[in-house]
Amino acid sequence: MSPRTLYDKIWDDHVVHQADDGTCLLYIDRHLVHEVTSPQAFEGLRMTGRTVRAPEKTIAVPDHNVPTTLDRANAATMTEDSRIQVEALDKNAKDFGIHYYPVSDVRQGIVHIVGPEQGWTLPGMTVVCGDSHTATHGAFGALAHGIGTSEVEHVLATQTLIQKKSKNLKVEITGSLRPGVTAKDITLSVIGETGTGGGTGYVIEYCGQAIRELSMEGRMTVCNMAIEGGARAGLIAPDEKTFAYCMGRPHAPKGAAWEAAMAYWKTLFTDEGAHFDKVITIKGEDIAPVVTWGTSPEDVLPITGTVPAASDFKGGKVEAAQRSLDYMGLTPGMKLTDIKIDTVFIGSCTNGRIEDLRAAAAILKGKKKKDGLRAMVVPGSGLVRAQAEEEGLAQIFIDAGFEWRLAGCSMCLAMNPDQLAPGERCAATSNRNFEGRQGRGGRTHLLSPAMAAAAAITGHLTDVRELMSETV
Amino acid sequence: MEKFTKLTGIAAPMPLVNIDTDMIIPKQFLKTIKRSGLGANLFDEMRFTQDGAEIESFVLNQPAYRKAEVIVAGDNFGCGSSREHAPWALLDFGIRSVISTSFADIFYNNCFKNGILPIVMPPEVVEILMADAQKGANARMTVDLESQTVTTSDGQSFPFDLDPFRKHCLMNGLDDIGLTMEKAASIDTYETTAAQSRPWV
Repeated sequence: MSPRTLYDKIWDDHVVHQADDGTCLLYIDRHLVHEVTSPQAFEGLRMTGRTVRAPEKTIAVPDHNVPTTLDRANAATMTEDSRIQVEALDKNAKDFGIHYYPVSDVRQGIVHIVGPEQGWTLPGMTVVCGDSHTATHGAFGALAHGIGTSEVEHVLATQTLIQKKSKNLKVEITGSLRPGVTAKDITLSVIGETGTGGGTGYVIEYCGQAIRELSMEGRMTVCNMAIEGGARAGLIAPDEKTFAYCMGRPHAPKGAAWEAAMAYWKTLFTDEGAHFDKVITIKGEDIAPVVTWGTSPEDVLPITGTVPAASDFKGGKVEAAQRSLDYMGLTPGMKLTDIKIDTVFIGSCTNGRIEDLRAAAAILKGKKKKDGLRAMVVPGSGLVRAQAEEEGLAQIFIDAGFEWRLAGCSMCLAMNPDQLAPGERCAATSNRNFEGRQGRGGRTHLLSPAMAAAAAITGHLTDVRELMSETV
Repeated sequence: MEKFTKLTGIAAPMPLVNIDTDMIIPKQFLKTIKRSGLGANLFDEMRFTQDGAEIESFVLNQPAYRKAEVIVAGDNFGCGSSREHAPWALLDFGIRSVISTSFADIFYNNCFKNGILPIVMPPEVVEILMADAQKGANARMTVDLESQTVTTSDGQSFPFDLDPFRKHCLMNGLDDIGLTMEKAASIDTYETTAAQSRPWV
C-alpha cells in the first residue's frame, strides 16, 4: 500500500460504501448532540417513524443556552424559548435512549469539553456534532467535524454520513514556542497566515515540535479553530500524551480492550513519504502573543502591532476591513495596546479547560482586575470547575474580582444571558469575533487566556510578557 | 425537499467578503425548534435597526431586490457556524441560489439538504454577475441546473461545475436518509466487521 496520511488512514477505516463517483458513506463512531441544532432532527425522526440507529454511540448535553449564574436551577433564569430547547433535549434523550448529561449533572458542560473528559473521544474515531467546533476532537487523532441539522438527522437514523474526501493540508510548527506564547497564539497565527477561507476543502494535520510539546488541552485549542481557517477538520497524531489523557476515563477501554486499542492507536500516524496537497510551515519561535483587531478571525496581529488601514488590503478585503474598523471603532495606526476594554471573558470550547484556567490564574495571582471592568470565568464543564476549585484557581479569580460561573458556552456566542451591550469591548478567549457575535454591537478581541488575564489587570489590551517579566 | 431545476429571477448583489453565518441569521433566532419562519430575520442586524426599522441602504430592503431569489456574494460566503438556520432563513426569504467564488464547507453542504443551489464561479465571472445583479429588478438572471449554466440578463452564459450526485438529488428533490437506508445491509456488514477489529469503539 502506498504511504498514507493520518487522515487517509482514519478515512479508509470508516468507509461503508463507495460509489463510482467517489461519494462515500462514512461510518460515525461518536455523535455528540446539543440543544440548539438537534430539535428539528429528532422531530424529523418522529415524523418518519425512524429510530436512533446507535443510541450507545450518541451523547447529548445542553450547553449553548444554559445560564451560567449560580442560581440557574431556578427556571426563571432562562428565557422561555431557551427553556423549551433544553426541555426538548431532555425529552429527546429520554425518548430515544441516548447518553445524557442534564444541566443538573456535575459532568454537564460544553459538548466539546465533555466528550474528551468522559473518554467518549478516542484516537482513530470519527466524531461529528451539529456544531462547527467539533474540530476540537481532532486533537486525539480523531476525524471530527461539524455538521448541519439535516446531517444530524442522517447520523441519528443511519450512523453514517454521505461524504467526499477532502484534500490533505500539513501545517507544521517547527521548534519551540517562546515564553508567553500559547496554543491559542499558534492557531490564530495560522489563520492569520491562511485566511478564513485558506483551509476550505482540506483536512489539516498539525505537526512539528511545537505541536508535540503542547499538552492535550493545548492541542484541543489548536484543532478547535481549524474551522476558522475554513478546514473541514484539524488532526494531531496521537502519542504518549494522548494515551495518558485517555487512560482511565469513564468510557475509555479497560484491560485487554485497552491493550488492543493501544496497538491500533500506535498505527495512527502519517507514513513517511505520504502526499500532502499543500504544506504550510511556521517557525514556533516567530509566533508572538497575538490579538484580533477586526471582525474576522483572520484579522490577527502580534500584540506589539498597530491597527491597520483598509488601504493595507487588496480586493474585496478593502471594503470588509473598512467595515470592521468602523464596527470596532478603531483608528488606523493606533497601538493595539492602547485599545481599552470593558469586559473580559475567559471560557468557551476553545479555552475553557483546566490548563487555560491555570494560565490565566498564574497571571492574576495576587492581582486585581481594573476597577469598573466586568470580568468572568466560565469553566468548560462542571468537572473543570470542581478541579479549579480544588487547585485554588477559583479563589485566585474571585480575589482578582472575577465572577466565577457555572459551565456552558456563555458569552462565546451569547445565546444565554451573558452578552455584550452595543459598543462594549471584550477581550475574549473564545473563537469568533464576528459582528454581533457576543451581543448586538459588541466588539470582540480574541486572545489567549494569559493575555485575557493581562488585559483584565490593566484595562487595555496588553502584552502578557510585560507582566510576566515583573514576576521573574 | 423542494426540487431545483431552473430559475429566472432577481439577483441581489452582496460584494462583501466573508459574509458569516452570524450575519445571515444572528444567534437570538436559533432558539426555535422549527425550520420555518426564519426569513423574517434573515440578515437581521444588517437589515433592521435595533428597534426593528428597516435600514434603507441594505440591499434586500431596496425596492428592486425585495423579491430577490439569487444572491451574488463576495468570497467565502457562509463561513462560521454549522447552523442550518442559515440556509433555512435564506430559503424562507425566497433565496434559491447563491453565487460566489467560494463557500464555507458546512454551509455549502447544508444548502443541498434544503433545495438551495450554491454555485462556485471564478472571480472574473462573479465580477460580471455582480455587475449584472446591480442593474436592478428588470435584469433577470437565469440559473439552469440541468445545463449547469448561469445566464445574465443580457444573455452571457457561464458554465459551473457540480458534483453529479448532489445534482441528481437536487433535481429530483431526493431525501438523503431514504437513499442511505437502502444501503442498510452495507452498514450492518461494516458494524459486524468493526466490532471484531475495533471492539472498544
